[in-house]
Amino acid sequence: MTPRLGPRRSRALQLHRKLITVWSAPPGWRGWLVTTNNNDIGLLFLGVATAFFVIGGLLAMLIRIQLATPRSAFMAAETYSQIFTMHGTVMMFLFAIPFFEALSILLLPGMLGTRDMAFPRLGAFGVWVYIFGGSAVIVAMIMGLAPDGGWFMYPPLSSTAFSPGIGADVWLLGITSIEVSAIAAAVEVVVTVLRYRAAGMSLARMPIFAWYMLVVALMILTAFPPMILGSVLLEVERALGWPFYRVEEGGDPLLWQHLFWLFGHPEVYIIFLPAAGMIGTILPVMARTQILGYGWVVAAAISLAVLSFGLWVHHMFATGIPQLGLAFFSAASTLVAVPTAVMVFAWIGTLWQGRPVMHLPMLWILGFFATFVIGGLTGVMLAIVPFDWQVHDTHFIVAHLHYVLIGGYVFPMIAAVYYFLPLLTGRHPQFRLGRIAFWVTVPAFHLTFLAMHWAGLLGQRRRIATYEAEQGWEAINFSASIGAFALAIGFALVILDLGLNAVLAPRSRRNPWAAGTLEWAVPLPSPVYGFGAIPVIEGRAPLDMDPALPHRIARGEGYLAGADRHRRETLIVDTATGAPAQVAVLPGNSILPFLLAIVTSLSFLAPLFGAHLVSALALVGVAGLAVFWAWTSGRKVDEGPVDAGLGQILPTSHEVPDPPGWWGSLLLLLADGVHFGSLLFGYAFLWTIAPNWPPPSWITPGLVGPILAGGGGLALMFGPRRTVRAISRSQPPRTGLALTGVGVLALAAAAGWMLRNGPDPTSHAFGATVWLLAGHVLLHAVITLIMLGFLALRIWRGYTSPRRNGEARILQLWADFTAVTGLLALTAAWAPGAFA
Amino acid sequence: MLWSSGTIFVFVMVLLAVALRRVPRIATERFWFWGLGVVFPLAILASLTLYGLILGQRLAPVPAPDLVRVEAEARQWAWTFRYADAPGLVTHGLLHIPAGRPVDVDLTSVDVIHSFWVPRLAGKLDAIPGHVNRLRLSADQPGDYAGASAEFSGRGYTGHVFSVRAHAPADWQTFLQGMNP
Ligand code: HEM
Repeated sequence: MTPRLGPRRSRALQLHRKLITVWSAPPGWRGWLVTTNNNDIGLLFLGVATAFFVIGGLLAMLIRIQLATPRSAFMAAETYSQIFTMHGTVMMFLFAIPFFEALSILLLPGMLGTRDMAFPRLGAFGVWVYIFGGSAVIVAMIMGLAPDGGWFMYPPLSSTAFSPGIGADVWLLGITSIEVSAIAAAVEVVVTVLRYRAAGMSLARMPIFAWYMLVVALMILTAFPPMILGSVLLEVERALGWPFYRVEEGGDPLLWQHLFWLFGHPEVYIIFLPAAGMIGTILPVMARTQILGYGWVVAAAISLAVLSFGLWVHHMFATGIPQLGLAFFSAASTLVAVPTAVMVFAWIGTLWQGRPVMHLPMLWILGFFATFVIGGLTGVMLAIVPFDWQVHDTHFIVAHLHYVLIGGYVFPMIAAVYYFLPLLTGRHPQFRLGRIAFWVTVPAFHLTFLAMHWAGLLGQRRRIATYEAEQGWEAINFSASIGAFALAIGFALVILDLGLNAVLAPRSRRNPWAAGTLEWAVPLPSPVYGFGAIPVIEGRAPLDMDPALPHRIARGEGYLAGADRHRRETLIVDTATGAPAQVAVLPGNSILPFLLAIVTSLSFLAPLFGAHLVSALALVGVAGLAVFWAWTSGRKVDEGPVDAGLGQILPTSHEVPDPPGWWGSLLLLLADGVHFGSLLFGYAFLWTIAPNWPPPSWITPGLVGPILAGGGGLALMFGPRRTVRAISRSQPPRTGLALTGVGVLALAAAAGWMLRNGPDPTSHAFGATVWLLAGHVLLHAVITLIMLGFLALRIWRGYTSPRRNGEARILQLWADFTAVTGLLALTAAWAPGAFA
Repeated sequence: MLWSSGTIFVFVMVLLAVALRRVPRIATERFWFWGLGVVFPLAILASLTLYGLILGQRLAPVPAPDLVRVEAEARQWAWTFRYADAPGLVTHGLLHIPAGRPVDVDLTSVDVIHSFWVPRLAGKLDAIPGHVNRLRLSADQPGDYAGASAEFSGRGYTGHVFSVRAHAPADWQTFLQGMNP
């Protein structure tokens, strides 16, 4: 066909051929194991998350069978508790969070006008950890070893005394590994949104979904660590008997509730905001206009995120919080209605100023409105304390949460999948079955959950396995069960319809919805490399301003056209203005993420079977592979600034002081810092609130410990700085490296010294906390030591130069963190003894 | 509360329906954001929160002259009640109180977290090991009231129920003297 093409088409084809060879994964199943490209990873992620949705849905059906009739003999109470716990857990952790992560990995690069996510290998790693961790949890359930304490796992019910089996450990370890993968994805999203965009895409020109995902990813980095800490404490208590939640020994079960809801409430918004971002993306296109009040919407998303962190206590209104506290949190809880209202009215106002067309995605968005507004209103009702006291832990709550989760999340996500289907499959959906599915699903949903609201008002408690006929709840529950089965059929039809459309629908033309944003500037289905060249844009809706843009991109008009240097490259821009700043060199296909995920999952899951040695070996494997992973990037010679096209000469990301890895480390340390902060919070909480404090004895700091710590901390801050300076000036970095090493060893020694005559961790929560604080110091000392050794090797092998000093600066970041949190940790442990 | 929520819901749906007619109109930020997005929810929320707080204050366990004190201790899956006015008196699964007088229940648990809930007499409050939470009950009429534990507590949770018996003044005295009226 080539001969008949004009010179411009053939230029596009040439570029396409070059790019495709550089960006593709090998064909066949091996390709799936080594691919790091966001199109592949996103699709895999999406498929697996959907599978977990189906599993969670099947569990919901079992629940509704059990509750359909009074005195049901379908399941025993023990089984029933496993089923509802797993339903909640699967839906929240294995479906809801991964599903939006999948969509953002798939779509963000296109929306931002870049070719891939910032850390392709990290993305692949996250997906595999999720797949292994999630499957382990499901397998445990099939073996009858599922957790059974409800999805929020309150101790002491989940402590060894009352949950002796490994069910609770499955939950703690499985879920923690999935949170690790969520944090990986969040780091990736933040760095991508902040740095990887089309030229000229300033913050104010970013597509609305990118804003939402930026906010969500930052929330994940700050909300998951408290939960991870809570799980670590519980797992340590279960495995080693350190009494963080046992009252008799200075623990407190309320600590768990604080840590859990510090995560759990933001979690609700972490789930809702991506859906809101999707609505903000799709709705204006369906209404053939621009979104009303872009600035308002962004501000609303940010304030919702901030407010959501002030709300965790509203899940604990019935735990005996003092009246003043109740008043504060009650007011704060109702306040979230303001940013939510801003968003809802922005959307309705957008419809108002546009000419809406009822395509199927729009229909699902209307389903969202009808459902979510009800969920929001019942939510406001729940924030009123006396009302909450009445319906807390009844089916009213269950119904409310499904209105918000299904209405506010699942419906918009279905809209999103329909809307973006052409991008994924290259085919334009045909909607006959789809409309039927919609009209089955939405009414069935309302039947099911309106009935459950009612049952709750009549006093039906959640999580009860059976009820009596004379309680008068039969008709309601039976209707709810009928509705639930219709709902399941509706969802099945949706999945069937999507499947059929993916293989049978007619080929779509480019930009079938006439959208204005960059993800539609690509040929369909979207090629692995995304853009033939990185476009230069001048507004928020570049395709509206210049309908010929897609063709110009395909012809290579823009930055980094084709792949002249035979490697994966994309543009890094200045965060605020979007001016081109660096050329990112992305890694190619690699089996490392898959292997690292295997050992990581092994280290998490082996303790379930008491295989602590395996776990320890796996951890060594993790460290080894991670070092190897880091080793494989970087260069031995200075390449110098390269031609980025359009006459711009830019440095590559290997030769800048703030390479992507530096940004990634910064964000990882943000999460780590919140984790550490939660530990200090827990310590302060136990000290002030828990009964049975103070402990029998504090620890005395003495002189040796503090001197070691102080000196070590100083050296640790000073050493890396010296190293960076030496590298930047081509001087031998020996002093800096040595100083760093001495510093980290001294700090670790101080922690060890403290434990030497420290208290027994099993006899009082204070002792356990001291050990944990020391553990924090030692863990970070080990990480810093490994990084130091790595850097020394890299210097020796010639991977650094005055231009290539980024790795030393990454070490500096980690060393600073280790020094500061290490000193804080030791001070916190010594302080009470010093002043006693 | 149901009514006002219903009204808001209908209002939003009507706005939506009007917006869906395919006549583009001018949408001003002043109306949509300042009016509907900020002022409208704030006005409703302020009144709602205030109402809740006042109600909450009324239900709070404040001192009262004719106050009665009882203790409730939860365990998997039973309730034990003790009475300040009759030391040594213990009942299981059935809490006796006087009708027409405020009653403070001191709640605690010996094993896992439970919750004390008598829908017709008060909201629910948790019984947490190591902590004592105080709940104010008041029964206007003598009679039996159904109560249930409302925090999931494991295998026997479904059947973890109790009842409260409110006595007329004379019967209350008889009960305190250890005779079951
Ligand atoms: C497919 C339709 C669904 C039906 C019919 C359904 C039904 C139910 C029912 C009846 C319960 C209460 C069990 C009890 O307390 O005894 C429940 C609990 C729950 N559901 Fe769903 N559900 C569905 C989908 C979802 C989805 C999509 C999510 C989240 C995204 C979800 C999240 C939860 C959570 C978190 C719980 C609480 C579990 C616990 O108490 O530990 N559900 N569901």
